[in-house]
Amino acid sequence: MRIQTSIEQKVAAAFAPLHVDVINESRQHRGPADAETHFKLVIVSPQFAAQSRIARHREVNQLLADELQAGVHALSLQLYTPEEWEQRGGVIPRTPPCMGGSRHAS
Amino acid sequence: MTRNVIQEIEEEIKNNQVMLYMKGTPAQPQCGFSYTVVQILNQIGKPYASVNILADEAKRQAIKEFSSWPTIPQLYIGGEFVGGCDIAREMHESGELAELITKAVGETV
Repeated sequence: MRIQTSIEQKVAAAFAPLHVDVINESRQHRGPADAETHFKLVIVSPQFAAQSRIARHREVNQLLADELQAGVHALSLQLYTPEEWEQRGGVIPRTPPCMGGSRHAS
Repeated sequence: MTRNVIQEIEEEIKNNQVMLYMKGTPAQPQCGFSYTVVQILNQIGKPYASVNILADEAKRQAIKEFSSWPTIPQLYIGGEFVGGCDIAREMHESGELAELITKAVGETV
């Protein structure tokens, strides 16, 4: 199964999200066209309400531990409650550009 | 003598109120996520220390285990793990990060 699909399925099952975006940004990092190394996730779920930022991130990192082990090495997480998402007007921060550091060191 | 990387990390975050583990250096970051955190810290303008984990493979692995956090950069303030780029950015937007840093740096002066 493609990593993208597996991330989408796991997130949908774990968070019952109101909104979810799994964005493959690997092509911005000079990998092959089908690379699955850099992902950005936007998840909007009421389940985050009781959790600190760090707890939210830890939960997603845990959920996707296999994917991180299997070669995903950048995982940008935008995790919001429906209220926070509304306050932001549904705007996602831009991912910073690659600066090549992983190329000689992974 | 065998190197104790975890102990090195503990000392680094104890001795530096603001400690950043990153790819590259503040002058020459080698990852956009690390660069973003450097920009934020420079903007806040308080002193901080950093370690280039690309130059230290043992520490690169150790820091991930130390914090149970799978990615770099990692920011520590006042000896506590704060998060990576996404969290630093959110906390910067809300003003919490400057507040936390000012408090941590102030405590040691």
